[in-house]
Amino acid sequence: MSEDIEKLYKDMAQSIIDGDSDISVELAQKAIAINMPPLDAITKGFVVGVNYIGDQFGLGEAFLPELVMAGEAMKAAVATLEPELLKLGEARETMGRVVLATVEGDIHEIGKTLVGTMLSASGFEVTDLGVDQPAEKIIGKALEINASIIGLSALLTTTMVRQRELIEELDKENLRPRIKVMVGGAPITRDWATKIKADGTSEDAVGAVKLAKELVGKA
Amino acid sequence: MSHKKIKTISDPKIKLEVLTKEEIIKIHEATLNIIENVGIRFPSKRALEIWEAVGADVNHDKKIVKVKPYLIEDALKQCPPKYVLAARDPQQDLPLDGNHVCLGTDGCGVEVIDINTGEKRTTELQDVRDISRVADATEEVAFHWVPVSAQDTPAEARGLHELKAVWENSTKHVQTESIYNVEEAKASMEMLEILAGGKDKLRERPMLSLMQCTAPPLGHDGGSLDAALIAAEYGVPTGFMTMSSCLTTGPATMAGTLAVGNAEVVAATALLQLAYPGAPVFYAAALTATDPRSGAYTGGGPEDFLFGAAVNALSDFYNIPLSMGSFATGAKEPNWQAGLEGGLSTFMASVVMSDMLLGCGFLHGSRIWSYAEMMMDCEIFSIIHKMMQGIVVDEETLAMDSIASVGPGGHFLAQKHTRNHTRDLFMPQFLDRRPYTLWEDKKDDARDWATAKAKKILKEHQPDPLDEKISKEFERIIKSVEKK
Ligand code: B1M
Repeated sequence: MSEDIEKLYKDMAQSIIDGDSDISVELAQKAIAINMPPLDAITKGFVVGVNYIGDQFGLGEAFLPELVMAGEAMKAAVATLEPELLKLGEARETMGRVVLATVEGDIHEIGKTLVGTMLSASGFEVTDLGVDQPAEKIIGKALEINASIIGLSALLTTTMVRQRELIEELDKENLRPRIKVMVGGAPITRDWATKIKADGTSEDAVGAVKLAKELVGKA
Repeated sequence: MSHKKIKTISDPKIKLEVLTKEEIIKIHEATLNIIENVGIRFPSKRALEIWEAVGADVNHDKKIVKVKPYLIEDALKQCPPKYVLAARDPQQDLPLDGNHVCLGTDGCGVEVIDINTGEKRTTELQDVRDISRVADATEEVAFHWVPVSAQDTPAEARGLHELKAVWENSTKHVQTESIYNVEEAKASMEMLEILAGGKDKLRERPMLSLMQCTAPPLGHDGGSLDAALIAAEYGVPTGFMTMSSCLTTGPATMAGTLAVGNAEVVAATALLQLAYPGAPVFYAAALTATDPRSGAYTGGGPEDFLFGAAVNALSDFYNIPLSMGSFATGAKEPNWQAGLEGGLSTFMASVVMSDMLLGCGFLHGSRIWSYAEMMMDCEIFSIIHKMMQGIVVDEETLAMDSIASVGPGGHFLAQKHTRNHTRDLFMPQFLDRRPYTLWEDKKDDARDWATAKAKKILKEHQPDPLDEKISKEFERIIKSVEKK
């Protein structure tokens, strides 16, 4: 492999580590211009940066804003490469698709967003619907994109029940175990998750990634 | 016998300037700039109509409102600077007049350390009753927040079950953060009317106040806005609390987070004044910094302590009472961290004379109730109460006669002056000053004594009962809200 290509991979990784979307997009365009296979740009270049930041975050050396900005830079680079992938009929191999939301009646956002960021950084394709989302919409989206996991955040004791209702709905429609459900939020305990027959819960975003990997059989 | 005395901090001798006049004005100007140019989200039809009627720039799709500074400033001038939080027992009314710091319990916990088993478990209605009864007996707790959630009651009427439980177990003022939709807000006003004995009396002596959270950054919750408007209509004191947090729902910088939080509170407060000029309102805040490593929001830490003092500078600038989050801690049990965070946050919020302090009793970022923590928080408040009295310097306290009669050498223990003033000194309940060997025999500490005290109160204290007829009426109202 030429030194130039080697350097390009390094720069790609660094653009993610620096959380610089402008540069990551520029490098993705450069990859296209020199006919680098888009999958190579992703896996040998950008993903290396994501993994590095993820590891540093796990070690307590990188902080949240760095993680989030790395995620943004990664998303921007992948979006730039996506049309090329499509042209080639290739797809980036992901850990699986996740639809994420805070349940209806609940506007707590931060925990859900963090879980989404960590899942994306770990190779999941995450569709974050936002807060205050009714079950129909969440299930509809999951079917639309053929998601393997629905992730539900609830922080209020009055809205926890929405998690149960959604699971009952899935059962009624015979959509499980095709779609797995993971739940979380301040009042959510393991007992609760068991009681409502969720497929699992975690107390933080790092745990959420571990759980999601287990659920898609890639732990 | 029930305690009627309430300990509040007043006539402080210690002062602190955390923000200069110029800095306060800079934050105020940034706030107005945000409200005028960035806008605030008001996802409530009613709120948007009120804004539109006064000529604000309303985007109905995005539900974002942009308001000219003069509209905000004029509206804020209508806020009453002083009023009273009434209690079932008028002796326990609390003046919000800038010269009293009143301690409340924290609120809306989801788990409790069971006082008998020591195990952590989900909270129930009986916990609301028990905690309220203990709070009723302590002189440090001046008013209640609904301390934990009654998770064994139907969600749609839970906030009402909780109010009933507190009123039945205490004669002190109640503030709730658990009423945040129209149905429960209306029903709670109906309950209050019955408790007060009529709509006019309710307005004169509101025995309930409502606290609503803003939705940072720069937004509100629709249900909370509608509930606040209903309370304001009844003359029930209402406050908006910002929980904007450095890094996540606010910029990493403290000044920026203050501006974001202030914009949320100021805009919502102005809304209430536009709808009901002169309605009693308060400023509420629990600003803090997010943990950069995990994103956790637990309260505590140096930024939290500084915010505790800074927000009062802002609420003083607007001349409205403040309800300030204090005692927040990420500690998992009552320990070094809990004591540190409770002590410093409460000192900073008290030294600037925040009118209301929220609140004692919680661990793990406002999630787990602990009776031991509650009792020890009360002692922290008492210590700060004592410190705020400062050092009195006059003829009597200089004790020249006593000093002369003891002379060089000897001791002051046998002096009349000493005996007369011994009780000026602070008598701790939970500070360990025993000989080492005594401790070694038992290896017990503040937590054990605090738990024992709470147990004793639970066993012995009977609050003045609520008229049974009123309880029956409450029941009827609650039933009408519950889904059939
Ligand atoms: C899919 O799989 C998974 C897996 C793991 C998952 C997961 C999903 N989702 C989360 N996780 C897990 O991983 C995440 C990352 O580590 C973690 O997510 P968390 O969200 O727990 O953690 C975040 C990173 C940081 N944590 C947070 O952001 C939440 C912190 C606390 C203090 C909190 C905040 C900040 C807020 N609040 Co609210 N709030 C509290 C919270 C108390 C607490 N310490 O939890 C809680 C949850 N709130 C409460 C209340 C009462 C309310 N809040 C309200 C509003 C708000 C704010 C908007 C002000 C703000 C949120 C701002 C925002 N933009 O998100 C109101 C609700 C309005 C509504 N309709 O939703 C309001 C009702 C208050 C009011 N009267 O207006 C309490 C609920 C009590 C109860 N009994 O239900 C509360 C426990 C605090 C308290 N004691 O009062 C894990 O839980």
